[in-house]
Amino acid sequence: MDRERAFLVATGLIIGILAAVLVVMGNPGNMGFCIACFLRDITGALGFQRAGVVQYVRPEILGLVIGAFVAAFTAGEFRSRGGSSTLVRFFLGMFMMIGALVFLGCPLRDILRIGGGDLNAVVGLAGFIGGVLLGVFFLRKGFDLGAARTDKGSQVGGYILIAVAVVLLIMLVGGFNVNPEAGGPLFFSKEGPGSMHAPLWISLGAGLLVGFLAQKARLCLSGGFRDFFLIREYGMLLAYLGILVGVMALNIYFGNFRLGFADQPIAHTNHIFNFLGLFLVGLSAVLLGGCPLRQIVLGSEGDTDAATAVLGMVAGAAISHNFLLAAGPGGTTPWGEAAVIIGIIVVSFIGWAYREVEA
Amino acid sequence: MDILDVRGLSCPLPVMKTKKVLDSGVQELQIEGTGGTAKQNVTRLAKSQGFEVEIKNEADGEWTMVLTKGK
Repeated sequence: MDRERAFLVATGLIIGILAAVLVVMGNPGNMGFCIACFLRDITGALGFQRAGVVQYVRPEILGLVIGAFVAAFTAGEFRSRGGSSTLVRFFLGMFMMIGALVFLGCPLRDILRIGGGDLNAVVGLAGFIGGVLLGVFFLRKGFDLGAARTDKGSQVGGYILIAVAVVLLIMLVGGFNVNPEAGGPLFFSKEGPGSMHAPLWISLGAGLLVGFLAQKARLCLSGGFRDFFLIREYGMLLAYLGILVGVMALNIYFGNFRLGFADQPIAHTNHIFNFLGLFLVGLSAVLLGGCPLRQIVLGSEGDTDAATAVLGMVAGAAISHNFLLAAGPGGTTPWGEAAVIIGIIVVSFIGWAYREVEA
Repeated sequence: MDILDVRGLSCPLPVMKTKKVLDSGVQELQIEGTGGTAKQNVTRLAKSQGFEVEIKNEADGEWTMVLTKGK
């Protein structure tokens, strides 16, 4: 095995191990990491969505941003850039989040859920692969959101996401509460998943390490399947395997592995919408050029289009909870089911509309 | 020598466009691109297809590489 592939496996293993440890330290079940859930929790902490059980400034996300920034900056890869169908990317990010919150997890959490024995996540994975395949179909048809420009002058744009992460970290550590009578912002869940978290500095440290490694490894949960189907490149799939082996081994060791469909932590058993929820995520991710985690890492490298997709995910989280689209352990809502179907139609339309016409 | 511009394109377009040109049977290709990910992915693809890769120029996040078919 060459060095690049060995590094991918090692990165995967470390992420899997950290995820299992974070759950033992207090994070919700099978949720050591979840980009969608954690962005949603941050959205709630800011008061953009008012579901009281999912509000917390997840330090893992702030760590991811800062860790990926440090990795990119020290390697000379940080560069402010953007301008590739930015608004379209905002909406793709939004729909990606809506799909994730109907499934209850991003592609990374899907692997972590499988590693905890949650078979609903296997259904989700099948949907995710289906969505990636539809995305690959559009790529083969010439899908292209256009070229981004590298900012030759001011690099300020590229630093905005990093600045937001630092400000949120300061507010979190400083215990900011703008409106104590209303309870926030920042809002913090007193019960439910939002109230379950590992100690701040451990979460932050884990995020920093994963952000650093994910930037170095170019880790992307949609890129692995996409490149396998597109060019038979399977290197990234080794990272998925690393995550799965790492988290499953430690879950078994800690007694957190339970095989089955029913009564899995923060999951439901609606097979159709577990499938379609991650189908929408896979499709959106391929059109965006990367999964939710990858959008955060790219945004932290100065890619303002990816940072905009992250803001789209935040908007998607707010919409999901304010409009009752998000599923819960009790199952999906009719609104959520409709939104996923509409999302698949709209994102497919984008995939078709942006095909490159050969000159 | 043919020149291919993949600057600023999202994954996986730099690799797809490179593959398309390489599959058409060129012996030599100059590629202009941006970012470390595209550079790494295009290099991996070119090497897997028996091309030698030479980075000609790299500054401000932009790079130019020349692929030459090995014997």
